[in-house]
Amino acid sequence: MSEKVPCAILGSGNIGTDLMYKLQRSDTLEPRAMVGIDPDSDGLRRAAAAGLDTSAEGVDWIVAHPEECSFVFEATSAGAHRANAPKIAAAGLQSIDLTPAKLGPGVVPVVNLEQHREAADVNMITCGGQATIPMVAAVSAVTPVPYAEIVATIASLSAGPGTRESIDAFTRTTAKGLEEIGGAERGKAIIVLNPAEPPLMMRDTVFCQIDADADRDAIRASIEAMREKVATYVPGYRLRGEPQFDDGRVAIFVEVEGAADYLPAYAGNLDIMTAAAVAVGEELARLRQATEVAA
Amino acid sequence: MADLTLVDSTLRDGSHAKRHQLTVEQVVTVAGALDRAGVDVIEVSHGDGLGGASFNYGFSLTDEFELIAAAVGAVERARIAVLLLPGIGVKEDLARARELGASVTRVATHSTEADIAPSHLAFARELGFKTCGFLMMAHMNSPQGLLEQAKIMEAAGAATVYVTDSAGALMPDTVKARVGALREGLEGGTEVGFHGHENLSLSIANSVAGHEAGATWIDGCTCGLGAGAGNAPTEVLTAVFEKLGVEVNAETFPMLDVAEDVVRPIMDRPQVVDRASLLLGYAGVYSSFLLHAERAAERFEVSTKDILVEVGNRKAVGGQEDLIIEIAAELARAPA
Repeated sequence: MSEKVPCAILGSGNIGTDLMYKLQRSDTLEPRAMVGIDPDSDGLRRAAAAGLDTSAEGVDWIVAHPEECSFVFEATSAGAHRANAPKIAAAGLQSIDLTPAKLGPGVVPVVNLEQHREAADVNMITCGGQATIPMVAAVSAVTPVPYAEIVATIASLSAGPGTRESIDAFTRTTAKGLEEIGGAERGKAIIVLNPAEPPLMMRDTVFCQIDADADRDAIRASIEAMREKVATYVPGYRLRGEPQFDDGRVAIFVEVEGAADYLPAYAGNLDIMTAAAVAVGEELARLRQATEVAA
Repeated sequence: MADLTLVDSTLRDGSHAKRHQLTVEQVVTVAGALDRAGVDVIEVSHGDGLGGASFNYGFSLTDEFELIAAAVGAVERARIAVLLLPGIGVKEDLARARELGASVTRVATHSTEADIAPSHLAFARELGFKTCGFLMMAHMNSPQGLLEQAKIMEAAGAATVYVTDSAGALMPDTVKARVGALREGLEGGTEVGFHGHENLSLSIANSVAGHEAGATWIDGCTCGLGAGAGNAPTEVLTAVFEKLGVEVNAETFPMLDVAEDVVRPIMDRPQVVDRASLLLGYAGVYSSFLLHAERAAERFEVSTKDILVEVGNRKAVGGQEDLIIEIAAELARAPA
């Protein structure tokens, strides 16, 4: 068996810390370092306790220790990633970007990663995108989808200040992902924050416009097959009830329960980002190992 | 100088009751008539605000920007307002509405989520809009909690902050407590608004209570045409405020004619407090869920009442119309 591929986490907040726990379970990746900017952060303390190298010196530490990682998981902010990305690339490292910086192509592990395996920087789009683009892709694999629309409902507590300040970025980026990756001609995304107590699980409704004569059995089968694929890396990814066909459209109801590694279970929106990022890293690592073996 | 600003939302909240099927001709006729009757502000948008046309909320028969342009062209004095819910509409929509001549923006969030509104409020202000914050489902936050949210909107540039009773669940006392908290806690220069629904037959009483507690922007819809059992009828607000000696620009007799001759003929059904709409107010459910629940009830052969009760149990907020189909499908599967 080949050795695990080393990687580093940039950002010691909720996302970075959750990511660390998931990476520790990976068969292909090994988290070597967590780098933040606040030496007193809970994330850095936990990383040190887990045996990772830690630093509060930010991206400069990573660039000075390229042996620690092949991949850098960027779990800071869009602004920070814009500043960090050139340094990471100059050091010959690959970024898996969980921020909304959108410097590199957007990727969804089970849909389009293959096309972007050489990219220096891949972007994880949005939580709503990770939850819904696979379903649009599943439908558009069977029948043309002239228009896809998603409604993501997330618990207020799981929406951080970044999301709240730039909510237009969520709707725009997700809509674009529905088109470019999901295969819909036109996409629209809606996000609703719900403050209910106890907090609700992330829910996503995916509407796809389809021909009235489209093969419903084939669409159902494609949706179910896609659910299984996504569930391999997000175990809490479920359908709530059967897809509903009506007036030239199908409605698909998705629920995402988080793995509760560091974040609470209701925050499926955050979990699906970290889980998908790990899946991207694992797949890129496999592709890289395959290339090395071939060479 | 009038004592309050009267906003008519027949062409926005009424869009729900019209299933978003308003035509340019209807908009021109209604906006022109309201303008001549002296209404200060006329709101025109999809029921769920700019960008609301969707599978989830219903597609518009006519592009809302066409309707906005038509309304702008039909008025001489009244200002045209648009509604925007961050998460549904985006800033570009505001820019487009401004280009078309709209001059008031209302940025709406759930009563606990004001911090998704500041960038839209600030952007609207830069564009030269008069800006209002719209705290929906106000019954779901305490007076003090609502004030904290209102301060976020005020800091972002909202000149008026609304107590928006989207579910028609507030009572005169609970309206007074909320409007009063905002009136006392916000800067003197910031106005407070009230938007009522008729689900518990309290829209007028609540509007009067709101005004007594310091609200100076009051919303109505002519003939009540709006979501749920409808809104405070603008013609009734005009008459009642006149009798109370509260100065408004709109005039009672012309408003009675607008209601009877212009708006009533375009209504698909009368606005009444029936079992389902009363339940919205009683259970505190978002008023625009009503027609969606009725449609889902018919399709899945379940009761509208059961759907709405379950929506209430799940503490749904405005915008979660997608939950209705899911609940109806579940009810249809459940053993009777």
